[in-house]
Amino acid sequence: MELIKLQDIRKTYRVGEVDLPVLKGISLTIDHGELVALMGASGSGKTTLMNILGCLDRPTSGQYWLEGREISRISADERALLRNSKMGFVFQNFNLLARTSALENVLMPLLYSSEPITEQEGRQRAEALLERVGLADRMDHEPSQLSGGQQQRVAIARSLINRPPLLFADEPTGNLDSRTSREILEMFQQLNEEEGITIILVTHDADVAAHARRTIHIKDGLIQDGAFASTSGEPAEPVAGSPAGSTTTEALP
Amino acid sequence: MSWMSPKMRARTLRTAFQALRRNKTRSALTMLGIVIGVAAVIAMMEIGNGSARAIERSIASMGADNLMIFAGTAASGGVTFGGGSAHTLTPEDAAAILRECPAVRAVAPTVRARTQLVYGNRNWVPMQILGSTPSYLEVRGWTELAEGEPFTDQDVRNAAKVCLLGQTIVRELFQGTSPVGQEVRINNVAVRVVGVLSAKGSNMMGMDQDDFVLLPWTTVKRRISGSALRETNQSAAAASGSTQQTSTSDLYPGQVSLYPEQSAAQAANNPLPVRFATVDHIQVAATTPEKIPLAIEQITELLRQRHRLGADKPDDFNIRDMSEVTRNFTSTASLMTNLLLGVALISLVVGGVGIMNIMLVSVTERTREIGLRMAVGARARDILRQFLVEAVVLCMLGGAFGILLGRGTSLMIRTFKGWPTELSLGAIVAAVAVSLTVGIGFGYYPAWKASRLDPIEALRYE
Ligand SMILES: Nc1ncnc2c1ncn2[C@@H]1O[C@H](COP(=O)(O)OP(=O)(O)OP(=O)(O)O)[C@@H](O)[C@H]1O
Ligand SMILES: [Mg+2]
Repeated sequence: MELIKLQDIRKTYRVGEVDLPVLKGISLTIDHGELVALMGASGSGKTTLMNILGCLDRPTSGQYWLEGREISRISADERALLRNSKMGFVFQNFNLLARTSALENVLMPLLYSSEPITEQEGRQRAEALLERVGLADRMDHEPSQLSGGQQQRVAIARSLINRPPLLFADEPTGNLDSRTSREILEMFQQLNEEEGITIILVTHDADVAAHARRTIHIKDGLIQDGAFASTSGEPAEPVAGSPAGSTTTEALP
Repeated sequence: MSWMSPKMRARTLRTAFQALRRNKTRSALTMLGIVIGVAAVIAMMEIGNGSARAIERSIASMGADNLMIFAGTAASGGVTFGGGSAHTLTPEDAAAILRECPAVRAVAPTVRARTQLVYGNRNWVPMQILGSTPSYLEVRGWTELAEGEPFTDQDVRNAAKVCLLGQTIVRELFQGTSPVGQEVRINNVAVRVVGVLSAKGSNMMGMDQDDFVLLPWTTVKRRISGSALRETNQSAAAASGSTQQTSTSDLYPGQVSLYPEQSAAQAANNPLPVRFATVDHIQVAATTPEKIPLAIEQITELLRQRHRLGADKPDDFNIRDMSEVTRNFTSTASLMTNLLLGVALISLVVGGVGIMNIMLVSVTERTREIGLRMAVGARARDILRQFLVEAVVLCMLGGAFGILLGRGTSLMIRTFKGWPTELSLGAIVAAVAVSLTVGIGFGYYPAWKASRLDPIEALRYE
C-alpha cells in the first residue's frame, strides 16, 4: 500500500541570476512499513529530496501524494501540522535543546501537537520511549552529559513522541563511530519491524544501506534505480549485525 | 475559538521559563533595565504622592477652608489703593456674615499691628500681632491651647489687656518657664498672658505660624496701635463713600464708650464721617473647603448690600482664598513629579530597547532551536507566541522586582531622609501595564523575525 508517491518532482534553486536545478524530475513510491535507504554522492540532492518528503520544503513543480492526499501546494501551517502528526525527524547533529533534560527534549514536540494529551500521559509516553531506546537511567541528563550515541537515541525517542507513521533520518550515523552506528541502525530496524514505522534514511555508507530492504540511488538530481519497490525487487535481505569489517563497495559508477 | 487553551498556555509559559532559565545571567541582565525603570517610576510616584499630600496638609494647617476679606482695593477716580488702604469692613459685617451666610462656619474680624514685645529684659518683634475675637481660633481650627484659656468676648468688649502667645514667642521670651499669668509689654502697654497656643509649625512659604500674638481686636485698636494708626487716609475714606455710621456700641452693648462721641465741631470739620470701628480683614471659615466658592458668593452679595453699593459700583472689599496658593504649590510639585516620571519612563524605554537587543541576539543564537521546533511541527505563530511570551515574562518579572525595589527605595528614603512618601496603587498598576507594553512592544520584532525563519535554513545554521 502506497504511503508516499512522488510524480516528476523538480526543485530549482535560484542563485543570483542563475537557475540551479537540483532535482530534475523525481518519481517514486514508498509503501507503508518500508525501510528505505537513500544513497548518492555528495551534492546529488538527497537532503533536498528529504526536505521535500518531510514537508520542510515545497517542490518547484510536480506532485506529492501522502496517504493519497496531494500535498505539494498546501500552506506552511498545514505542512507544520503534517510534520507534527505524521513525521519524525532524526538529524545528523542530533539537534537536542542544550541545558534541557533528555525527558524534556523528548516532550518538546508535544507542545505543538493538536492531539489532546494530558501532561501525565505525555510524560509516561516520553519515559516509555526513553526506556525503549535504552536510556531509562538517563532521563534527567542534559545533552552535554550524554555520549553521541545516547544523544541520538534521545533524538529518536523525540521523533517518536507523536507516534508518527513516517520517520526521516538524514545521515543519522554520520557523527557516530561504527559500533554506535550499528546500534542506532539496529534500533531503526527494530522500530520498522516491530512498530511498522516507515523509515527513510539518507546515507553515504553502503554498509548502512545494507540494513535497508530497498536502496534508492540518486545521481545529479535523478533517480538511478530503486524508485519503485516492485521494479527494483528485493535487494539485499536485511543483514542484522553485518560484520563490522566487511568491505564497503561504492554502489554504482 | 480562544487563542490558546489553558493547557497550551501553561505549557507555553513553562517553555518560556525553561528558555529563560537556560540562560540565567543573560535573563537577569536583560531584566535589569526593566527593574530599574519600574523601580524609578514607583519611587518617583511614591515620593511625588507623599509631597503632594504634605503640601495638602500644610495648606490645611494654613486653613484650606479659610478665606480673607480685605478692606477695599477700590478704584476711585483712577486711583487704585492697595489692599487695606480703604476702611470699609466693620465688626458688624463680620457678625452679619456669620448670621446670614449659610456656607460660613466661623468668622473673625482682625486688625494687625507690628511692634515690639518686651518681657523683663528681653524683647522680640513677632511676625504677627493680631487683634481679633475668640472665634479667630475657631476659624483657624486652632482651639486646642497648649496652656491656659483663650480670652473671652467679654475681654473684647472691655478691650481687656490680655493676650495669647504662640510657641515661638514663649520660647524666645520665657525660655521654658510658663508665661501664663505673666505680663508682657506690647508697645509699652502691659498685657497679661492668659494662654499659650498649640504649635502649628511653619506654613508653605516657610513662615513661622507660631511667631504670633493674639489679642482682642479692641485692645489692639484702642490701646496698642493708638491714634497714630487710626485712619488718616482721607482719600481712602472718601473712596469708600460710605455714609454708614458704625460703632461698637450696638455690637457690644453696655460697654464703656470706646470712641468719643463726635462733637458738633468735629462733625463740621469732618463732613465725611470717619468710620471708627473698622477692621483690617475679616477672616472667614467656610463649612468645607469645597464650599468656598459658595461662601464667596454669599459674602459678596451680603457685603454689597450692607455697603449699599449700586449695581454700577465696584466692590469696596476683596475676597481671597487659598485656592490660588494651593494651585501654585501643587502645580509646581506635580511639575517636578512629572519631570522625574518622564526620566523614569525614558529609562523604561531604554530597558525595553535592551530587551529587544537581547531578544534579537537570542533569536540569532537559537536559530537552530527555532528550526528544530519548526521541524517538529511548530507553526510560525507558535514561534512568534513563544518568543513574545518570553519577552513578556521577562518584563513582568522585571516589573515585579522593580515594584519591590521601588517600594524598598521609597521606604528607605522615608526612613533615612525623612521625606514623605505614600504608596501609589496607580503607580503599581501603571508599572505592570508599562512592563507588559514594553514586553509586547519590544518583544514583537524579534519574535516576528524568529517566526519568519525558514526551517531548513534555520536547521542548517551554524
Ligand atoms: N538553499 C540552496 N540554495 C542554492 N543551492 C542549494 C541550496 N540547497 C542546496 N543547494 C544545492 O543543491 C545541491 C544538492 O544539495 P543537497 O544538500 O541536497 O546534497 P546532498 O545530496 O544532501 O549532499 P551531502 O551528501 O553532501 O549532504 C547542492 O549542489 C547544493 O549546492
Ligand atoms: Mg545532505
